[in-house]
Amino acid sequence: MEGDIAAMGQYLGAGLASIGMGGAAIGVGNVVSSFLAGALRNPSAAAGQTATMFIGIAFAEALGIFSFLVALLLMFAV
Amino acid sequence: MATEAASGEATGLVFHPMDQFIIAPLFGDGPVGLFTVTNVTLWMAVTILATIALLVLGSSSRQSIPTRMQSIAELSYGFIRKMVEDVAGRDALPYFPYIMTLFMFVVMANFVGLLPGAFTTTSHIGVTGVLALMVFVAVTVIGFVKNGAGFLSLFWISAAPLPLRPVLALIEITSYFVRPVSHSIRLAGNMMAGHAVLKVFAAFAPMILISTGIGLVVTPLSILAIVAIYALEVVVAFIQAYVFTILTCVYLKDALHPAH
Repeated sequence: MEGDIAAMGQYLGAGLASIGMGGAAIGVGNVVSSFLAGALRNPSAAAGQTATMFIGIAFAEALGIFSFLVALLLMFAV
Repeated sequence: MATEAASGEATGLVFHPMDQFIIAPLFGDGPVGLFTVTNVTLWMAVTILATIALLVLGSSSRQSIPTRMQSIAELSYGFIRKMVEDVAGRDALPYFPYIMTLFMFVVMANFVGLLPGAFTTTSHIGVTGVLALMVFVAVTVIGFVKNGAGFLSLFWISAAPLPLRPVLALIEITSYFVRPVSHSIRLAGNMMAGHAVLKVFAAFAPMILISTGIGLVVTPLSILAIVAIYALEVVVAFIQAYVFTILTCVYLKDALHPAH
């Protein structure tokens, strides 16, 4: 056995934290699919709601970025 | 880089994907102080000069059939003005110049950072953090100046049942103070992640110099991946600037009309 347990924990933790980004991917996909489903039913109202969709994407994505940040902190700052 | 790969050890990446984010002094090797001219200084200056060039040259000729540069300058002006008006309302228009500045700086920094060899200033949380904090402070001050103590009704949701309101107030206050954090991390994280992925594939690309067998498969694949991800990054660069600006507008709307 070489290396130390702390380094292993660091890498494992970074990998586990990256799973959170998958959640963000699901969230963003959900937002856009719902928007598209609504937009295809009523295309005339879609243009006005694009901004709302982007705000929704941004909020969903922020949490994924947080987990990415945790992974980065584990890799480079701990 | 390629010569290093050929002579260096055959395992691992040719260069570290996070090396591109290192802040180094432009002249000499001294320590980085508060007033050291670094590569960040250089690329931020390039960003600002590019923005000035686009907007000043674009609006100087003013032909009725616009040139390409004039079209871009006019389109971006109209785009942000419409966004401020739609999202934050007509009474937010006095703050339009600041939001326009913010958008032009962020979008130009993102695009300039995409040039090969360039430094992406917006990938550093120190840069986006200052931008987000300025928005946060400005929005809070505007909220209190415009509404007085009525700004606190942003946290006291009168539509909710009375026993629930203190709990909601706690959540609202927390989320209010997390805003600058998420606002800045979203931009910096997106830019950093995209560029790190690009560099990971760029490090795999010279594999053919190390071993011809694996290299024949890995090198074309990673070059294809670089092209595809680069195209994605161009879109992301714009969308993240757009999101940064639109969230500023949303926060501004909260400050101007705090009642839910």
